[in-house]
Amino acid sequence: MSTSIQRGIAAFKQQIDTPIASFFNSCVHCGMCAGACLFYETTQDPKYTPINKLEPMRRVWKQEYTFWGRLAKTLGISKPITDADLDEWQELLYDSCTLCGRCSLVCPVGIDLVYMIRKSREGMVASGHAPEGLKQATSRAMTIGSPMGVTISTFKKQVQHAEDECGIKMPFDKQGADYLLLMSSAEIMEFSEFIGAMAKIFKQADVSWTFSSEAFEATNSGIQIGSSDLAAELVQRVVDAAEKLQVKTVISPECGHAYTAIRWDGPNLIGRAYKFDVIHILELLDQLRQEGKIKLEGLDKEKITFHDPCQIVRRGGITQEPRDLINSVSSNFVEMPCSGKWNWCCGGGGGVSANPDADELRLKSFAIKKQQLDSAGAKKLVTSCSNCRNMLEDGIEEYEMDIEVIGLTELIADHLKE
Amino acid sequence: MTTMELLTWVRGPGMTIAIILMLFGVAVRLLEMLLLGRKKDLSVARVPSTAKYGWRTVLTRSLPSMACLKAIPVTFITGYIFHVGLLIIVVFYVPHILFIRDLTGLEWSGLPFWLIDGVTLLTMLAMLVTLWYRVWDKVRRYISRFSDYFVWTITFLPVLTGYLLYHRQFLPYNEMMIVHIVSIQLLLISMPMTKLMHTFTFVFSRWYSGEAAGRKGVKV
Repeated sequence: MSTSIQRGIAAFKQQIDTPIASFFNSCVHCGMCAGACLFYETTQDPKYTPINKLEPMRRVWKQEYTFWGRLAKTLGISKPITDADLDEWQELLYDSCTLCGRCSLVCPVGIDLVYMIRKSREGMVASGHAPEGLKQATSRAMTIGSPMGVTISTFKKQVQHAEDECGIKMPFDKQGADYLLLMSSAEIMEFSEFIGAMAKIFKQADVSWTFSSEAFEATNSGIQIGSSDLAAELVQRVVDAAEKLQVKTVISPECGHAYTAIRWDGPNLIGRAYKFDVIHILELLDQLRQEGKIKLEGLDKEKITFHDPCQIVRRGGITQEPRDLINSVSSNFVEMPCSGKWNWCCGGGGGVSANPDADELRLKSFAIKKQQLDSAGAKKLVTSCSNCRNMLEDGIEEYEMDIEVIGLTELIADHLKE
Repeated sequence: MTTMELLTWVRGPGMTIAIILMLFGVAVRLLEMLLLGRKKDLSVARVPSTAKYGWRTVLTRSLPSMACLKAIPVTFITGYIFHVGLLIIVVFYVPHILFIRDLTGLEWSGLPFWLIDGVTLLTMLAMLVTLWYRVWDKVRRYISRFSDYFVWTITFLPVLTGYLLYHRQFLPYNEMMIVHIVSIQLLLISMPMTKLMHTFTFVFSRWYSGEAAGRKGVKV
């Protein structure tokens, strides 16, 4: 029977591929990645330098996959990785990394640091070094179907409330619908106005859509914690439901990491291409707007700015759509400094929001978002990720700022021509 | 063995041995990297050709970036100067061109001596600032290991000895020439054993990053 550290090292080994070897071979320790990390920038603590977070993986690569490292290991002169090392790195790989990927943009030799941090988490899970909060969220996702513990009956009750409010009947398990709409737990429980907003938009655009009572949750705690097996099972639930209903397209909700999970990681996790397309809600809304299927009216004059969710923009490629949508309902849209793919994270991505150990550091790191917001000078902040929205509201309250946070889908729904 | 005989050996068989060791070592290191493999990405790409995004990043990460300049000016400026400086010295100094011509038969025009002299001074200055920054700045100091200082030394020595050789300083010409050539050979042999491997692998790392982001329609 193998020990936890052996299982961890085996998992690290399994993750190391040619890109990772090229990244470690190329790193010259210039430290440029530090300046791109919100946790380093707001604490000035060098341990948060992104490349330092990858030290366990670098040591496994060196000792297992390089000639000189293997020689040193055989001669007994290399330092083996211990449980204590991984224990120390838990904070660096989870609490102080939101998988935002900003560091990957600045590296002069092109190291995709966040690709390696995501993969390092596989070793951390296998060796039992994942944070308790994330373990519990993952356990709820696997057993209940939602990291926040939202059951199908709770979801249906929330849909019922939304139906009562907007007067539109929302379909469940409609065979052959064009679109299957997924949700995130935060949208169901904390920002449930999203449900009614979607129904109104789809009604006006005459979209054929459905919810599934077998798979409604789009978020994927397996990806955040770093367990491909669990992540694959969560993706498979959606794939099974979508293929059973024979929908043409699955709609990822606003939630950023849900989009990464279902759009980019999903096929690789389950080992095959989907039989349906995946579209992010912002892409669909902008498409419907361009096709003239949704008619908007009224331009807000109040200054408004937009927070780009990392997984949607930097790691997802959806940059222009939210801007075009906002500009169609606002005459006073201003960018924050460092917007688009250079945007600073809300501080709670990559599982940080589900990890209470990271709360203090997360709120401290919000200082950088405050600077951005102060520069923009807007009293309204739009975003398109329920997790970002939660984190932004949290930070705004902590720093006693006077800014209203709204979801982009709801903003569009509010401007639908009656 | 006289100084002249030693110089002849160092320039001839010594250099051949160093180049063979370097090439063999680099080939082994590249092979051990490439043999790990990369799984095919099964997600549907936004673009018809993701490879061109890889090549784009190979190129663009060499271009000046205002974001990096603002974020980390010392590393950025000195890094730029000494990399470009090293390239100019190696490729456009006439004696180096003649040496490469003897080795490969290829030949091109060099730059004036006074210009190479200035570039060499600037390169050494930039490298010294890089070293100072590595020791002085808390991030660089925190992440640096022995190998980082070793690599700096092994890269600085050929530039310094070349400069001293040209200005006939420190040692007689032939002795200094031997020291200069040996310092280059040490640099060559160290390439596959150290972070100097980035000279070869940066193309791969940039390409993989650019290609993966390009799949999502993001230019990085």
